[in-house]
Amino acid sequence: MVAKSVERPVPRSAANAATLTVAGKEDVAEGVVSLTLAHPDRARLPDWTPGSHIDLILPDGTTRQYSLCGDRWDAHTYRIAVLREPAGRGGSAYVHDELRPGDRVGVGGPRNHFPLVPSHTYLFIAGGIGITPLLPMVHQAELLGANWQLLYGGRTRSSMAFREELTGGHGDRVHLVPQDERGLLDLTAWLGEPRPDTKVYCCGPAPLLTAVEAACAHWPPYALRTERFTAAPRTAPVRNTPFEVELRRTGRTVTVTPEVSVLEAARRAGADVLSSCEQGTCGTCLTPVLAGRPDHRDSILTDHERAADDCMFPCVSRSRDDRLVLDL
Amino acid sequence: MTEALERALVPPVSDADPFAHDVLLDPEPLHQALREAGPVVYLSRYDVRALARYEQVHAALVNWQHFESGSGVGLANFRYEETWRPPSLLLEADPPLHDAPRRVLREILAPPALHRLRASWYALAEALVDQVLDGGREFDGFSALAEAFPLRAFPDAVGLGPGGRENLLPYGNMAFNSFGPRNDLVAADADRVAGLSAWVNAQCAREALGEDGFGARIWAAADRGELTYEQAPLVVRSLLTAGVDTTVHGLAACLYALATHPVEWQRLRDRPESVRVAFDEAVRWQSPVQTFFRTATADITMAGTVVPEGTKILMFLGAANRDPDRFDLTRDPSGHVGFGMGIHQCVGQHVARLEAEALLTALARRVDHLELAGPPQRHPNNTLRSWTSLPLRVRPA
Repeated sequence: MVAKSVERPVPRSAANAATLTVAGKEDVAEGVVSLTLAHPDRARLPDWTPGSHIDLILPDGTTRQYSLCGDRWDAHTYRIAVLREPAGRGGSAYVHDELRPGDRVGVGGPRNHFPLVPSHTYLFIAGGIGITPLLPMVHQAELLGANWQLLYGGRTRSSMAFREELTGGHGDRVHLVPQDERGLLDLTAWLGEPRPDTKVYCCGPAPLLTAVEAACAHWPPYALRTERFTAAPRTAPVRNTPFEVELRRTGRTVTVTPEVSVLEAARRAGADVLSSCEQGTCGTCLTPVLAGRPDHRDSILTDHERAADDCMFPCVSRSRDDRLVLDL
Repeated sequence: MTEALERALVPPVSDADPFAHDVLLDPEPLHQALREAGPVVYLSRYDVRALARYEQVHAALVNWQHFESGSGVGLANFRYEETWRPPSLLLEADPPLHDAPRRVLREILAPPALHRLRASWYALAEALVDQVLDGGREFDGFSALAEAFPLRAFPDAVGLGPGGRENLLPYGNMAFNSFGPRNDLVAADADRVAGLSAWVNAQCAREALGEDGFGARIWAAADRGELTYEQAPLVVRSLLTAGVDTTVHGLAACLYALATHPVEWQRLRDRPESVRVAFDEAVRWQSPVQTFFRTATADITMAGTVVPEGTKILMFLGAANRDPDRFDLTRDPSGHVGFGMGIHQCVGQHVARLEAEALLTALARRVDHLELAGPPQRHPNNTLRSWTSLPLRVRPA
């Protein structure tokens, strides 16, 4: 065999890198389904760390954020868990009622605003579906040999997702507190005395976060880390339709259809765009945006950087507007 | 195919020594032989499996689950062998321990965070190029540009003090030799290990670092609890170990490529925006970091052969990148593995690219024609494709 047989990276144009298939759907508690997502070609998915979330983009353009709660030693699937929210905006109802195995969904990220920092001891506090980002953290704390406890509250025992998975493996470190059996979490007992060697991680409904923040007010700075799910206001919905990209320096305008990435379309039009991972994680293809609002799907930019809409990673990110103008 | 059948495939055997001086100075013949021999080749001399084709090297790099770094990314297996220094928290670590140091350094070295350095590095590069060209039309491009520019730009960006910077390159040379076998290259530095290590370790202390550099930002992350105070100096050490020699030899490779390909130099002058492509194309073509090892975490099947649990694989990044063999600015080097790939991909790649962009832009503005003024000199290193001199002749624009 000759050197020519050395293979170049597989172009990702065949399937949009940010489109995954629903590989499984399972009831994991009352009102909670878990979804297993995989690449249509069974390719590796972008790496993630505990605390990460993805943007799930439903066929109607609705975008919701869900924490990854699977096992990152499995590079080929993501797992998320979705609570049916009767008062919600329809995204969770669609996932529960309409989404089927085999369906395609758009995915952005993963991104992590809730990373697990090093600590001797961790206290994890979950309220209801807030268990999802904490589940991989619990496994991680175990792997690191850290001392940890999980305080997990929910409406009723049957509404609490992953309780068998948690109590099966870790017995006395996990404290399940179904409200109808044992009342609210006793935060004073758990947080009354600040412990300098402990980091507190909390995810759950807003009243729980507020109560934990108040209970930790006298703890050292940075001891408490919380994740608050807020629907990021979007000025335009994510689109599934073609859009135009003007390459200002190249002097050409191209139409980007759903099957190709902006990177691919720009290259075909003759623009030089250096890239590397083509998964939105390495940062090599950073491109200035001169006009239009990108649909950011990378793992790199912070919310603040995203909101500025002045740059994007064309390997995965797309457009919310009919037209984007790039400095390419 | 059943597992039993896969196990029946035995990889071709080679008794070549990739760390022999003649191979280190001119690795391409061995690279070609290994690529042609098969997707996995057993190197009998070191009892390791070698990967020299792009497909396998890329697959091993991204697959941290099956090919770990925590047992060392050199020939030494940390499961059984003592290390010459406390292992790196980045290069020689796996998830979950790898996560926090990687996140901190990635944010500090991300493109948006580097923006504030851009104007000053462009000015620094122009000043350096002016100074070199004022000195004459012939000079050593290695010491005058490839070494001089990173040594002016990077230590200041880290926040190092002015004293002792001459230790940086020898420390890097020693560290990158240590990933190979304990050959004469390692022995040559035996009496310097303690002194160089002590100097580098002293520079990692908070008090030794300026207030606004990468180093201070690493310590500030420890204040926020994102790293422990024990981890912070080791993360600074990673910057000092991996951030200087690699860029120096990458820039030298780029200057060599451009000096020996006049058509490409003209293309670069015609289209100054292609400087980024030029540098990455040089990193692909000459791959400053030639090799790294991984260790199998289980019996892993690769191209029909089995890599047994706990054994080392040797990834030839430079060999994987040599397709095609020519340096060519009209092709797109995207996807090359010169910076690695996956969770261990060079965390400083954007810093290196910015340094290269600044220097090449300044040079392209002032120099109309660039050529070799004599034979360049290589320097053997167990990991790095290194140089000692690159005589250049220029015609100012």
